[in-house]
Amino acid sequence: MADTELKRTPLNAVHRASGAKMVDFGGWDMPVQYSSLVDEHHTVRRAVGLFDVSHMGEIEITGPGAQKLTEYITTNHVAKLKLGQAHYSGLLYEHGGFVDDILVHKVADDFYFICVNASNQEKDYEYIEAVRRDKGFDAHVEFASDKYAQIAVQGPRALETLSKITPTELNGIKYYWFEEGQVAGVPARIARTGYTGEDGFELYLEPTKAPHVWNALLEAGAEFGIKPCGLGARNTLRLEAKMALYGHEIHASLNPLDADLGWIVKFDKGDFIGRDALLKQRESGLSRKLVGFEMTGRGIGRDGYEVSVDGAAAGWVTSGSPGPTVGKNIGLCYLPIAEAQPGRQFQVTVRGQPVDAIVVPTPFYKRAK
Amino acid sequence: MSTYPEHFLYTKEHEWVNAAGDIATVGITHHAQHELGDIVYVDLPKIGTHVEQGKTLGSVESVKAVSDIYSPLTGEVTEINETLASAPEKLNEDPHGEAWLVKIRMSAADEIKKLLSAADYQTYVGAES
Repeated sequence: MADTELKRTPLNAVHRASGAKMVDFGGWDMPVQYSSLVDEHHTVRRAVGLFDVSHMGEIEITGPGAQKLTEYITTNHVAKLKLGQAHYSGLLYEHGGFVDDILVHKVADDFYFICVNASNQEKDYEYIEAVRRDKGFDAHVEFASDKYAQIAVQGPRALETLSKITPTELNGIKYYWFEEGQVAGVPARIARTGYTGEDGFELYLEPTKAPHVWNALLEAGAEFGIKPCGLGARNTLRLEAKMALYGHEIHASLNPLDADLGWIVKFDKGDFIGRDALLKQRESGLSRKLVGFEMTGRGIGRDGYEVSVDGAAAGWVTSGSPGPTVGKNIGLCYLPIAEAQPGRQFQVTVRGQPVDAIVVPTPFYKRAK
Repeated sequence: MSTYPEHFLYTKEHEWVNAAGDIATVGITHHAQHELGDIVYVDLPKIGTHVEQGKTLGSVESVKAVSDIYSPLTGEVTEINETLASAPEKLNEDPHGEAWLVKIRMSAADEIKKLLSAADYQTYVGAES
């Protein structure tokens, strides 16, 4: 794809002016790192980091049938969400594979705000709209990505940083809850969510105001050592926390049970797309499972590398990298269910050579509460 | 900007050469280390290995990616930088100096003519980025 066709977030000029290294990320011109990936990673674990995630998509489902439609298209239990609460969920095909993994926010009884992956946003919207139309739900589905910039402020000092520039009582927002408020004088949806394994907030706000809020956050966090962070650090942070990345741990040919995401599938809530397929799979048993591993030999098992057990091909690595906080070369891979036990030794084929690895419990990193 | 030493020669694959007599010291450029980011492994050939211009000499792996190093010259490896095994991050810190990779006894002196001058390399990476 030529540079001219790359999509840009409202913060693109800010990134470029600061000398960030930019890459084509699924058709978006995004910062992969500002200073050093490892330094940015540690900054988020130890202090506070700032991410532009405005490439993420937003879809709004409104109207009298909003709850029923949202319930039908997702795996988690929408009816259990309280006003101002959010949850992680799956948007599935009938066969159980992922259309996308998403965050569902209940803004009002007739208003669900959904955050979706950048590269899936048009597909997700068309999919949801087709279901609404075909099944006749009394709801309106809006492709709302152009209405929002998204900035994530993440790390143990995120709350102190954000507190300086918002009147909202942030301690009152629990993990996976959100409030409508203001940040640096700009109306914002303030969600206590994130993709790093740390405490933090994700802010949804009007795109034209993003540079103002970004700079205000950098200023507010200066005393804590805040740094802008790129998608490189975002990836190692989420990997240590064992959070799935669409296109890696999950995609159209993988379902939530394969991906060790059974906890987002609420079979008891009533019908939803993919339920029958998942029930069948649950009854017949899983053939494979996503597990965490550490390399015990010298090497890094990277995305797409083959894995073998006792010399026989057994699966593939979905994500792999040095984990800067855990200090080991870690990764996630699919293994046959019979081999997917912590302590199981296997090999990752690293540039043609089998290198030893071992299944370990996940997450690799969990923050102290 | 004079990032690239004038007395070095360069390849389009981002290696540098500092030739003295028939011995060439070889490394990767500032541009290469910057593109790779935090380097965690450096794999080098054994002393005595015969290497050929344009063929794989070894590899460098960062947190983000792994990348081959191509030999800028044909010859025999006479020395390798052992310190990089335990301190690969030096490649980020001083790629044109302390973190040289190997020394090669050149066996085809003409090959050096195919390499780029500092100015040409600077233009090349300027155009690439």
